[in-house]
Amino acid sequence: MATQHSRSAARLMMAPAVVLLLGWMLVPLTMTLYFSFKNYLPLRGGDLGWAGFDNYVRFVSSSAFWPAVQTTLVIVGGVLLITVVLGILLAMLLDQPMWGQGVVRILVIAPFFVMPTVSALVWKNMFMDPVNGLFAHLWRFFGAEPVSWLSDASLSSIIMIVSWQWLPFATLILLTAIQSLDSEQLEAAEMDGAPALARFTNIILPHLGRAITIVILIQTIFLLSIFAEIFVTTGGAFGTRTLTYLIFQRVLESQNVGLGSAGGVYAIILANIVAIFLMRIVGKNLDA
Amino acid sequence: MARAVTTQRKAINTTLAWAIGLLIFFPILWTILTSFKTEAQAIANPPIFIGFDWTLENYSIVQERSNYMRFLWNSVIIAGGSTILGIIIAVPAAWSMAFVPSKRTKDILLWMLSTKMLPAVGVLYPIYLLFIQLGLLDSRIGLVIVMMLINLPIIVWMLYTYFREIPGEILEAARMDGASLREELLYVLTPMAIPGIASTILLNFILAWNEAFWTLNLTAVDAAPLTAFIASYSSPEGLFFAKLSAASTMAIAPILILGWFSQKQLVRGLTFGAVK
Amino acid sequence: MGRIQLKQVTKSFGDVQVIPPLDLTIEDGEFTVFVGPSGCGKSTLLRLIAGLEDISSGSIDIDGADATNVPPAKRGLAMVFQSYALYPHMTVRKNIAFPLRMAKLDQAEIDKRVNGAASVLNLTDYLDRRPGQLSGGQRQRVAIGRAIVREPAAFLFDEPLSNLDAALRVGMRLEISELHKRLATTMIYVTHDQVEAMTMADKIVVLHAGVIEQVGSPLELYQRPRNTFVAGFIGSPKMNLITGSEATKHDATTIGIRPEHIDISETDGTWKGTIGVSEHLGSDTFFHVLCDASSEPLTVRASGERDLKYGTEVYLTPRLENLHRFDQQGLRIE
Repeated sequence: MATQHSRSAARLMMAPAVVLLLGWMLVPLTMTLYFSFKNYLPLRGGDLGWAGFDNYVRFVSSSAFWPAVQTTLVIVGGVLLITVVLGILLAMLLDQPMWGQGVVRILVIAPFFVMPTVSALVWKNMFMDPVNGLFAHLWRFFGAEPVSWLSDASLSSIIMIVSWQWLPFATLILLTAIQSLDSEQLEAAEMDGAPALARFTNIILPHLGRAITIVILIQTIFLLSIFAEIFVTTGGAFGTRTLTYLIFQRVLESQNVGLGSAGGVYAIILANIVAIFLMRIVGKNLDA
Repeated sequence: MARAVTTQRKAINTTLAWAIGLLIFFPILWTILTSFKTEAQAIANPPIFIGFDWTLENYSIVQERSNYMRFLWNSVIIAGGSTILGIIIAVPAAWSMAFVPSKRTKDILLWMLSTKMLPAVGVLYPIYLLFIQLGLLDSRIGLVIVMMLINLPIIVWMLYTYFREIPGEILEAARMDGASLREELLYVLTPMAIPGIASTILLNFILAWNEAFWTLNLTAVDAAPLTAFIASYSSPEGLFFAKLSAASTMAIAPILILGWFSQKQLVRGLTFGAVK
Repeated sequence: MGRIQLKQVTKSFGDVQVIPPLDLTIEDGEFTVFVGPSGCGKSTLLRLIAGLEDISSGSIDIDGADATNVPPAKRGLAMVFQSYALYPHMTVRKNIAFPLRMAKLDQAEIDKRVNGAASVLNLTDYLDRRPGQLSGGQRQRVAIGRAIVREPAAFLFDEPLSNLDAALRVGMRLEISELHKRLATTMIYVTHDQVEAMTMADKIVVLHAGVIEQVGSPLELYQRPRNTFVAGFIGSPKMNLITGSEATKHDATTIGIRPEHIDISETDGTWKGTIGVSEHLGSDTFFHVLCDASSEPLTVRASGERDLKYGTEVYLTPRLENLHRFDQQGLRIE
């Protein structure tokens, strides 16, 4: 509700942001689509003509594709499971009265602010190094043979590193959601004779439902494109090549742009499926 | 009303929470501690926690060997520049959407959000190619632009949610009081929105500082920020734990400090206002 | 001076016409209240007068000059908002001075006017505080202060008392009326509370779905409501409206009788009924009587001492000289 004058001023002020983002979205997207239908090998002859859907077929039928999909799903699923479950427990603990709550909160949130290359390197070397890592020391202390984490248990190691980075995010959002729960609701349930477990499943969990969904959706979008953690630790070896990493290798390492672009289109479609659900929730919230 | 909790219960909570908190924080703590050790102490078995010869040697070696300051400066320019540029573009847009909403406002906001969901790897080659052709590869200005664009949706969203909390009646009151549009923005909206703008700047600075896809793929030497500098340590060169730790500590310290100030804004910024 | 004239004013939001063509004249110095249920368009009408919304067609004259396309700042009107709309980052002094600063008055004049307004409104001790440190009533007075320093042609009030608690509301009501008497400036006041309308107005405009149902002095509206809507809206407790055979007896579709115009007796009368809930206010007692004559319980006012038990059989007698009659369209039959 406003006057004509303010409406035209508003349109003018919105223009730069809209135009820039439109360009940022359309230009590269169109190029990716274009390349995906080309035989394009910059270092081996360049543009070798149209390829039709060959790249799309080849990307999916390559021996690397399905393992990459599986790896992606395992990493995303594993991290989501760990961060959401631990996040709920941790958020409930942090919501309890205690001494030094503020400091504990800071300790828990800290990993989120560590840049991905740093956390990957610190974990890889100082904890997971099979000779000098802290885990190796610990294993030897208990008389066990140290594990070569990033080659023998590569997938679980990466899940662990990424979960460490994202647990703070899940915890923080779930804690915010828990704190918005009206304590009178819990007291009413207590008066109604609901024991602690029933209060958790009937009141706290449903209240957290939306926040959990949001955590899952946002993390999924970020996790689908994790890159630095793999780049720095295994370089995609030992079964840690995700879809994102596979596309990266096709495009920049083997310089098969057509094939990589077709993969990119798949990745965009995949991310959009998740994004649609997230946007629905966010959109609903806008109306409220 | 909160109820009184027994001291015993509180003690249990405290112990448990501190134990978990310290466990989660431990990798960071260990990195900081190790950065003050000699290389031999850094890999000693059993590990030494406090009782080592504290030294600053690693920090000076890291700086000498790799010109740490240049990477730091690149990080500051890229994160700072992209944030400031983003704010300048986003404030008017967020003002429009918050105070002069139209039927399309919601669609525009959601569309902006959708550009943020575009997987970077999907457009890696086009951007790479454009950067080569425009001579932007390994340039700070190129990264400033890309960082600004990837964070612009978050900046617009955060400002929008802050602005929406400012009652429209106050701006109308200013209009009734004879303020022009410029005076309304300058004397009424901006002072009221400063806390929101500050948190937006803070969070976006952090996000840009830590971004590690474009910074790794679009830089080589000249424009490489700290993310790339740290990644260069992934190729093993013998014993280097202490130096790695020193480099890491320097790379994360500024952001850890800023991050602690922005915990609350983190939730708002990363959930697009969907969790409050 | 402040004579405001609306000529064939309409307002549409998209395809929805919220205000069909409307004519209204507000005389200089008059205290006019727009009253109606929520969503009746009263606030929209006020915002049209203020210039915060464009009118879709028609024209608005202020003091004989066409103000239709004049921006809000230049209309010479001051507005007090429901939320007070104080600038939270400015002190009370700066808040009150803001319109004067925007008008580029010199500092001495600003100080003089701000101090004057502050003393009138008992705000002198609070001038250096921020709105956040004030109580609801004080904030309200700051908002009024910001309006009066401008010496406007007319004041616009948008439900200014709805955020205050009941006791404070009565006090502020008196203060605003007092202010009007002293300044003798045109005031337009929007409220959904008919008690505020009755107690403060020189002229009440009853709005319903964007249409003016009736314009008149409080007593005119009370004594001679033009239609069933006004009859039911003005007065507390509400007028009893009866349809059916009782109404037909009086050659009307609906008859109305106010609670104070029904006599109650335990022995004889026109309508037989039984006492339902009774509300004792001390000075008066209101009985809700279930009665064959009406499908709804009838409200009857009796003196404060009167006490009748729940379920008592009683007889009601309406005073015929105070009976209101309405036709099929709900319009008053004289």
